[in-house]
Amino acid sequence: MDTVIVKGLSKDYGKERAVDKISFSVKAGEIFGLLGPNGAGKTTTIKMLTTLLPPTGGNATVAGFDIKEGQNDVRKNIGIVFQDPSLDDELTGRENLEFHAILYKIGKEKRAKKIAEVLKLVELEDKADVFVKNYSGGMKRRLEIGRGLVHEPRILFLDEPTIGLDPQTRRHIWDYIKKLNETKKTTLILTTHYIEEADYLCNRVAFVDHGKIVALDTPKALKDKLGGDVISLQVDGEGDNVAFVKSLKVLKGVKTILKHDDFIDLTVGEGERRIPEIIVLAEKHKAKITSVNLHKPSLEDVFIHYTGKKIREETGNAKDNMRAIRSRFSRR
Amino acid sequence: MDTNTIYVLWLRDMKRFIRARSRIIGMLMMPIFFLLGLGLGLGSLIHLGTGGSYFDFIVPGIIGMSLLFTSVFTGSAVLWDRQFGFLKEILVTPNSRTSIVVGRIAGGGTTAILQSILVIAIAMIIGFKINLTQYTILAVVFMALIAATFIGLGLTLGSLINDFQGFQLVTSFFTMPLFFLSDSIFPVTSLPAFVKYVIYLNPLTYGVDGLRNTLLGAGTFPIGTDLLAMAISTTIMVYIAVYAFNRTDVG
Repeated sequence: MDTVIVKGLSKDYGKERAVDKISFSVKAGEIFGLLGPNGAGKTTTIKMLTTLLPPTGGNATVAGFDIKEGQNDVRKNIGIVFQDPSLDDELTGRENLEFHAILYKIGKEKRAKKIAEVLKLVELEDKADVFVKNYSGGMKRRLEIGRGLVHEPRILFLDEPTIGLDPQTRRHIWDYIKKLNETKKTTLILTTHYIEEADYLCNRVAFVDHGKIVALDTPKALKDKLGGDVISLQVDGEGDNVAFVKSLKVLKGVKTILKHDDFIDLTVGEGERRIPEIIVLAEKHKAKITSVNLHKPSLEDVFIHYTGKKIREETGNAKDNMRAIRSRFSRR
Repeated sequence: MDTNTIYVLWLRDMKRFIRARSRIIGMLMMPIFFLLGLGLGLGSLIHLGTGGSYFDFIVPGIIGMSLLFTSVFTGSAVLWDRQFGFLKEILVTPNSRTSIVVGRIAGGGTTAILQSILVIAIAMIIGFKINLTQYTILAVVFMALIAATFIGLGLTLGSLINDFQGFQLVTSFFTMPLFFLSDSIFPVTSLPAFVKYVIYLNPLTYGVDGLRNTLLGAGTFPIGTDLLAMAISTTIMVYIAVYAFNRTDVG
């Protein structure tokens, strides 16, 4: 059964189109990931699905309710952990959770129990009565995640849940998210630009780029689409690479070739055996290989396959970085 | 409307108010200076035709002023909450926007009333005398209505304006005329007709007159007129605030 159905959802900021007619469905009990670089439109999509932002076009239903007509019913069934801070600094950690619980009309007894449970989970028991303004960044993040769980929503949205956390806490949160999904059957929709996060957690992943979904499947199926191994060659731009790339195309077992920046990525069968042949071809065509890397395809490789670029922003091109910065500012 | 929502938002404001002592003192400074400067200083030169002392006349005006400024400032809480992301947290919960606005007004109104009572206490130390009648208790009602009207204005401005500097400019554009074009610091009766009409359109005029009726037992209008005018202005401003708040951007 689909608990979230998105049909042609769009959002324009002036002339800029942040989300471009996306459609997808999320099954009840699923962990669904939106993976893409910063500024791809993931957060905007989440804001529309959580009724915080009216869509420009298209529509969606969440937990069976229309996000435009049934806003209050949608809100009753969802929880969200925001990407940016959203705590009251002048209240204590516990007061923030209490405030939240009362807004969701959780009775006094259950409230105390849930809050204690959540505080334990995010390991803030001994900091519960400290003002949030005295928390570290990681503690604030953990409190926010805990808060999203207090009212046990049917569908929980997590916008970059582990951004800015240390690896240990990140693991912790991942395991909890999995446990929550298994024991409470909570449907989870998360956005991330961490490949490992999507790979480890998600039942299905949608790649988002420039406001569009470019691919959607299970992580395994996405990786299998590439098949075989990935050989990543770093080449010196000065050599005659055109002829070299051309020669690679007829090499045995090569399925796809993708050039991005000064890298050539090949997906091939029996990668180990192809490397010597590739070196010979490079010498023949006077291409200068500076490094060779062989690995099983990761979600990152699949993302590169579909979009021609990496997910992480530092390797994105200048235009994408500008988009990311602009979208970050225009949200205010 | 949901009492649960109103209560929790009110509680949040109370907690923040009690914890921010410096803010309480800061907000009392201006009314105290006005009491001393205008009330005692300028007051020593002024003789009202009505026979009462200028100091007694101006105390309700200064309470009105302090309610006006505090209330509009309270509206800026929307800006702060947007800035710190807390607005999203409130807006994504299943609570009606009307309840949220009313909760805000309840919280801000309570702090504004507490502050006004402190101002009255200070004025009494200086020499202000309350003329106790059966209507005196209604002073709190007038304070609440003045606060609600102008918190409504503050919330409206805070919902529509996204940056702090713009907010400050626009609020002083509203608060200064509202204060000076009311009967807060001078009696209306002796003014030219066109100024009078402007002052009669200003809700603060009726609020302050209501305070004079209840605290001094002497106002320009009957107390019923003051109450009616304030009830109307409160209703209108709350409606406008709910409308503006509904369209606010979460940031």
